[in-house]
Amino acid sequence: MEQMTGMIPQLLIDGLTLGFVYAIVALGYTMVYGILEFINFAHSEIFMVGAFAGTEVLLFMQSAGYLGSLPAPVALLIAIIIAMIFSGTVGVVVERVAYKPVRTAPKLVAFISAIGVSFFLQDAVRLVEGLWKNAFYLSTPTLFTASIHITGGLRIPVKVLYIMVIAIVIMFSLNLFINRHKLGKAMRAVAQDRNTASLMAIDVNAIISLTFLIGAALGGAAGTLFAVQYSLIHPYVGFIIGMKAFTAAVFGGIGSIPGAMLGGILLGLLEVFGAGFLGILTNGVFGAEYKDVFAFAILIIILIFKPSGLLGKTVGEKV
Amino acid sequence: MGMKIKRIGMFTLVVLLILSVVGCSSNTETAEVAGSVGGGSSVIKVASVTPLSGSQAAVGESIKNGSELALAERVDEFKALGFDLQFAPQDDQADPKVGVAVAQRLIMDDDLLAVVGHWNSGVAIPSSEVYANGSLAMVSPANTANDVTDRELPNVNRICARDDAQGPAGADYAFDELGIKSIFILQDKTTYGQGVADEFMNQYKSIGGEVLGYEGVTAGESDFSAVLEMVRASGAEAVYFGGIYPEGSLITKQLKEKGIDVKFVGPDGMDSGEVINIAGDAAIGMTYTSLAADISGTPEGRVFIDNYTKMFNKAPEAYSSYGYDAMNVTLNAIKAAIEGNGGEKPSREDVVAAARATSGFKGLATNVTFNKRGDNTEANIYILTFDEAKYPATVTKEIPATGYLKD
Repeated sequence: MEQMTGMIPQLLIDGLTLGFVYAIVALGYTMVYGILEFINFAHSEIFMVGAFAGTEVLLFMQSAGYLGSLPAPVALLIAIIIAMIFSGTVGVVVERVAYKPVRTAPKLVAFISAIGVSFFLQDAVRLVEGLWKNAFYLSTPTLFTASIHITGGLRIPVKVLYIMVIAIVIMFSLNLFINRHKLGKAMRAVAQDRNTASLMAIDVNAIISLTFLIGAALGGAAGTLFAVQYSLIHPYVGFIIGMKAFTAAVFGGIGSIPGAMLGGILLGLLEVFGAGFLGILTNGVFGAEYKDVFAFAILIIILIFKPSGLLGKTVGEKV
Repeated sequence: MGMKIKRIGMFTLVVLLILSVVGCSSNTETAEVAGSVGGGSSVIKVASVTPLSGSQAAVGESIKNGSELALAERVDEFKALGFDLQFAPQDDQADPKVGVAVAQRLIMDDDLLAVVGHWNSGVAIPSSEVYANGSLAMVSPANTANDVTDRELPNVNRICARDDAQGPAGADYAFDELGIKSIFILQDKTTYGQGVADEFMNQYKSIGGEVLGYEGVTAGESDFSAVLEMVRASGAEAVYFGGIYPEGSLITKQLKEKGIDVKFVGPDGMDSGEVINIAGDAAIGMTYTSLAADISGTPEGRVFIDNYTKMFNKAPEAYSSYGYDAMNVTLNAIKAAIEGNGGEKPSREDVVAAARATSGFKGLATNVTFNKRGDNTEANIYILTFDEAKYPATVTKEIPATGYLKD
């Protein structure tokens, strides 16, 4: 027991860090679902592309010598912004090329198209990095090494603080945009009823592109934060994160933006606490490797009682 | 080691693959021309079977090249005996299905007397069953899985050490030489990682070490914070990680970031330059076991590196010298079988018996004496430590694997 309480504060920090990354990726899934009722399975690869873009920017700054002279948070911000622009563009192009032509076709067609895009992006990144760097495992430069010591063994790495702050700022501004801005209002209108929205002089195609742009840009930001936190990326890094983030989006209620944030953070916490405590609680019968089973079991239980997710609304069927 | 994927630039591999296919086809052509000149029954063929295409083509090609060099050096010796020695390189694509198909084809060729291969244990095991049906001798340069020889097939031999030797060797070294008395074991839940971690744990416990925890992590994940907190809470002096370098390097790095001051011990899955790229300075002090010798320090090794570089226009890799030694063991066996047969072309059964009887062979990377299972009693295990953030690590100890053979 004493061992457990000693671990709680540190696990809380680790779980929140992981949860914020899940949350930002989950936003991309939930936004596209909200508008098109279709799960963009290529989003995990957009995340990966963003991670590569951010890492390449940081590597460039490192080789050009800017990394030492710029304050680390500024360097991180530059990397995030470039990664957001890059992956946002990729997201819009993907929508135009792979989803728009099949928008009126059955949902399954777009879904298969998304899987195709996934494979394409993985191998494209592998090809480009292989040609360019002769390796497709990239190591992200270390930006922050310091950590703040609080009582006893508890320490918060500075980079975790930056990641949390940036994640909160991103989520807060997204919420503000969706709820207050005219374009955000248009997005919500398209989500509710595409045809009626177009009757109200909303350019539905532009709004869908905008949704992909924002969702993919968030994926890019999450990718860069992930790369800085865990410092190893490869073309297949999106798969597990994508799965978990999608789960988080369903957990929180797919289509709901605050739901994706809540779902992501809860999933991160569940996973880390599951890994830390399962062994102790079950006396070694279930070890840390059962953390996903634990997290997903809780997810299933919640979905049984609340099928639309924690913050999801049961909406009537769309015509 | 055998099951490991060398994650090097994919594109390079594709280029290598194209080059190697071009290289192979031209080799076979010359071999066929020579064969038709020499005439049917005096031809003796030896195959190498390694991945020459796909993601593991680079290492497969380096083994093929090593054995090709060994064979090329001895063509004249066999000519003096009245035989036309030919090399038949094959591609198993690191795929068990392809390996078995290749094996079926090989046993149909009457001139083919022995096989050097494979790279992946998972390919070697089913393919060697086919060789056994055709009484074809196989000398493996690099298959470390226990089951390769534990099935006790008469035709299967290997010149490298076994997986169940490196776990215990690592445990002995950690306990006796590094003075680690309590350890926390992590493994990646793969056949390789869990296997080697379990072998480590059994030995470590039996010599009096204290295992304070045993947890699995998921290969492909990036966040190991929760299990590392368990390591901290357990108060262990060191972590043993059964697995491969991407996760191992991240664990090393995250331990340092979290300020958890423990030593890191790993198996040969950690033997990669990527460790330094990923973990950086955190890798200093990391210790791992390896089954491949570094030959660059010996005069014979330098001659080999020169000849290899001249012949193939590239430097040899860790297992090239094992391909070279495995081919020489094979050719010695064929030669012994020829002599035992009064100078006539021997049967495959003769070669199988002669290969198993290999004893006191002095090789480039390893000496070879096969026991009754076909395991090499003279194989070594190497302990390496990163003294600085630079690959390759320094060899700190050479341990004979024979002490870890069960019989």
